[in-house]
Amino acid sequence: MLGVARRRLGSGTVLGQLMQTLRPAAAPRTYSAAAKEITVREALNSALDEEMSADPSVFLMGEEVGEYQGAYKISKGLLDKYGPDRVLDTPITEAGFTGIGVGAAYHGLRPIVEFMTFNFSMQAIDHIINSAAKSNYMSAGQISVPIVFRGPNGAAAGVGAQHSQCYAAWYAHVPGLKVLTPYSAEDARGLLKAAIRDPDPVVFLENELLYGESFPVSAEALDSSFCLPIGKAKIERQGKDVTITAFSKMVGYALQAADILAKEGISAEVINLRSIRPLDRAAINASVRKTNRLVTVEEGFPQHGVGAEICMAVVEDSFEYLDAPVERIAGADVPMPYAANLERMAVPQVEDIVRAAKRACYRAVPMAATA
Amino acid sequence: MLLMRRFETAADSLYKSKLIRGFCHLYDGQEAVAVGMESALTRRDAIITAYRDHCLYLARGGDPVSAFAELMGRAGGCARGKGGSMHFYKRDANFFGGHGIVGAQVPLGCGVAFAQRYRKEGTVTFDLYGDGAANQGQLFEALNMAALWKLPVVLVCENNHYGMGTAEWKASKSPAYYKRGDYVPGLKVDGMDVLAVKQACKFAKEHVLAKGPIILEMDTYRYHGHSMSDPGSTYRTRDEIAGIRQERDPIERVRKLLLAHDFATTQELKDMEKEIRKEVDAAIAKAKESPMPDPSELFTNVYVNDCGLESFGVDRKVVRTVLP
Repeated sequence: MLGVARRRLGSGTVLGQLMQTLRPAAAPRTYSAAAKEITVREALNSALDEEMSADPSVFLMGEEVGEYQGAYKISKGLLDKYGPDRVLDTPITEAGFTGIGVGAAYHGLRPIVEFMTFNFSMQAIDHIINSAAKSNYMSAGQISVPIVFRGPNGAAAGVGAQHSQCYAAWYAHVPGLKVLTPYSAEDARGLLKAAIRDPDPVVFLENELLYGESFPVSAEALDSSFCLPIGKAKIERQGKDVTITAFSKMVGYALQAADILAKEGISAEVINLRSIRPLDRAAINASVRKTNRLVTVEEGFPQHGVGAEICMAVVEDSFEYLDAPVERIAGADVPMPYAANLERMAVPQVEDIVRAAKRACYRAVPMAATA
Repeated sequence: MLLMRRFETAADSLYKSKLIRGFCHLYDGQEAVAVGMESALTRRDAIITAYRDHCLYLARGGDPVSAFAELMGRAGGCARGKGGSMHFYKRDANFFGGHGIVGAQVPLGCGVAFAQRYRKEGTVTFDLYGDGAANQGQLFEALNMAALWKLPVVLVCENNHYGMGTAEWKASKSPAYYKRGDYVPGLKVDGMDVLAVKQACKFAKEHVLAKGPIILEMDTYRYHGHSMSDPGSTYRTRDEIAGIRQERDPIERVRKLLLAHDFATTQELKDMEKEIRKEVDAAIAKAKESPMPDPSELFTNVYVNDCGLESFGVDRKVVRTVLP
């Protein structure tokens, strides 16, 4: 404002000269309009660091987590800071080291077992399910398993069929496990810290392609006591015409789809699930009761997937509120191909989400109208 | 050992009267391993085993009433009826179960030992498995890491010579299980001699605390089949079973020693057996009084941190609950 006054008056006039000498009591600094931004990688690294610092029974084990600084650099710096007793490089023996991690948890330590990707977790899946998930129940509460299994999940880029599967539906199937799927840096920090502090076995599904993405984070999220509740979804974008549920990388795609839909007059509400087990049925149903239409989005194989469960959850609790059948966008029902054009067809794209949302919105014509 | 023998014999009858359901794997014949091992350890040391776990539970101080109740699926069971025969645990005695998946307990036991070393407890873990499990890949994975990280774990192969119905020489190219460690030393022990077992376990405990893992192969034998569904005679002869009972029975061996050295009279030993028989019968009677678990127990202990999480019964319109 003073700047405007100075320009109008010019420096030639007395008032102008006076204005030039006027300064606010304290010279204003320029704060950046955006909050601080960090990458998902930095978010995960800081969460690991803080939780290891706070609790000496927390330790990290996995392939290349130590000297290599982490296959995807998530555990960078931790070996130097905490030493080889707490950051363990394991041989390439998932069944063995996952079993060792679960056994350590039986005896009260809080292990974080990293799978280089969750495709390799299949080598250890007996320990995740039979040794970890079910122990508290089978022992009637005597043996609890405060362990976190974490690592990248789902498709990367061009890594082929054996390195691209999404395990959200597999692990979320099992009572006794908790399954989390962060999207943003704030999700990554808050959910990983919650997972490490949780006394139950948690499967923490990250995404390799998100590691390098930056997100704004609040000062609250950067605090070392920050934690997000397990089992609560986040409404990333409010809307009133159609609900789109997504998790992990697909949240970003759903938000892009919502932008496109907005230009065409469709207001989409995007739900970032954050937690696949427990699933926030309440939030999903509340949203569908508002919008009356639902599109579920996931990257994994369609049959028996997360979207199928969400659809059923809505049919059971909010059937009368649905104005259109539930739409489902998922990965193609084929092993992931390598060729770039085929790979593109095998994974949901933004235009697929837009199309499905439009279908959900224009299904107002009754079927009998053809007579 | 007498208590264990009597317990397993009683379990056999209970199973045949259909009071015990599902799987029931009996340990009679192998008692010397459990008793000898327990006598060399403290309760701060840990033990983990597979599904033939009734006697290990008793050795760790588990009481027969809760054991029988668990077998019969009653609320008074050591897992409140939710585990069953294969899932006995006693956390306060560092007995970590009770595992149904063959070989899974081996890495788990190494993990318990990892925690003991991490906390600098000066305690050890005895990690039991059978000749059938000895071929499992995860055993070698875990053994490699145990040796690399010098974990205080003793791998104990209870070699009763049959993996379910398959004789050791048919399943293993090398049935010398104590030698399979390669870079990990191993000892072969007469598993029917409780004093030999005790000495071996004492030695092993000191060894692992100083030098990392060791393998103990216990040469032992089970009189029953693999489980109550197995008569145990399609893959071995009755003569063989009778022969072992005659020549190597662990209880008989101790009885002879006690008598030979005048530590007890025949009458005293007979009285002891009668006492134990009464104790076991009383335990069964008490266990039978225990009720079936309350239906609400279906939903307990799914998680430690349950609160507010939903769960569902078979028909979720009828049974839908918030976990306690």
